[in-house]
Amino acid sequence: MTVHNLYLFDRNGVCLHYSEWHRKKQAGIPKEEEFKLMYGMLFSIRSFVSKMSPLDMKDGFLAFQTSRYKLHYYETPTGIKVVMNTDLGVGPIRDVLHHIYSALYVELVVKNPLCPLGQTVQSELFRSRLDSYVRSLSFFSARAG
Amino acid sequence: MAIFSVFVVNKAGGLIYHHDSYAPRAEAEKTFSYPLDLLLKLHDERVLVAFGQRDGIRVGHAVLAINGTDVNGKYTYDGKEVLEYLGNPANYPVSIRFGRPRLTSNEKLMLASMFHSLFAIGSQLSPEQGSSGIEMLETDTFKLHCFQTLTGIKFVVLADPRQAGIDSLLRKIYEIYSDFALKNPFYSLEMPIRCELFDQNLKLALEVAEKAGTFGPGS
Repeated sequence: MTVHNLYLFDRNGVCLHYSEWHRKKQAGIPKEEEFKLMYGMLFSIRSFVSKMSPLDMKDGFLAFQTSRYKLHYYETPTGIKVVMNTDLGVGPIRDVLHHIYSALYVELVVKNPLCPLGQTVQSELFRSRLDSYVRSLSFFSARAG
Repeated sequence: MAIFSVFVVNKAGGLIYHHDSYAPRAEAEKTFSYPLDLLLKLHDERVLVAFGQRDGIRVGHAVLAINGTDVNGKYTYDGKEVLEYLGNPANYPVSIRFGRPRLTSNEKLMLASMFHSLFAIGSQLSPEQGSSGIEMLETDTFKLHCFQTLTGIKFVVLADPRQAGIDSLLRKIYEIYSDFALKNPFYSLEMPIRCELFDQNLKLALEVAEKAGTFGPGS
């Protein structure tokens, strides 16, 4: 099991943070474009899912998987979106994404007066804590580079 | 019923078949006196609840019927605007039925081609080499399963998250498509499927899959 990469978006679609671990293929477009494409896809999936749903939804869209990877999605009521791509063997990881939001983003970015909101997070502390948290996850494996 | 609907999308993203097997939805009917204590708004040619969630009426629900007769989008059955009708004190007391808006055929077409694009973007954004598009999409109320054939036709099934055996059902639908649509001399490729045998066999396959699919505890 592996973690490929992680995106953090705010409610306006700005990519607050991006990091990757075992990513084997790049999208072949500049990073900025990739973030826009990812946000656009999630935005559309959200509206797609809310129209398709036969019942009223609570959490809405949770995850999708293709033949090679699985995308996990978590959104807060304030519109912060945490997106993690893993391989197919990983089960529901809502608690992990919630932890990244509540224990890392809120504690180290929102409560940090030196971090302006609504733009890419520059805090080195946030980056390193996030990195060590993801590396400590049970489904993060260091095999394959 | 645990399989909600089936869609078949051709390789260009056009919807060529759909089947809904889920009829009962959460609906709430209530009699109101003037003034109406809900805030309604017009959205996508429908009258939706914007504020005032209560008694099973939730924000985002649409006005489905007034005094027992179904409304037609934003118009009542006799062609008056719903908002205008409900703004007139003379029409009260009035009984209004609210529920999740039903999808119109146009919306289904639009959603099918939307999924076609999402499928392609899903494979473009893959962090791994050689990924397909979206095969399964999970939400808290349903799971969407998609199977794309080598010829580019997509079979999409919306089912309960706990319903098992959808993968074999998708293969079965492909088989039914090949047997009763493709082998039908009156069926033209990429065009909407209007074949009676296809309908019958699809319904049969859905029934079998629903019975065979094992549910987890609590259902």
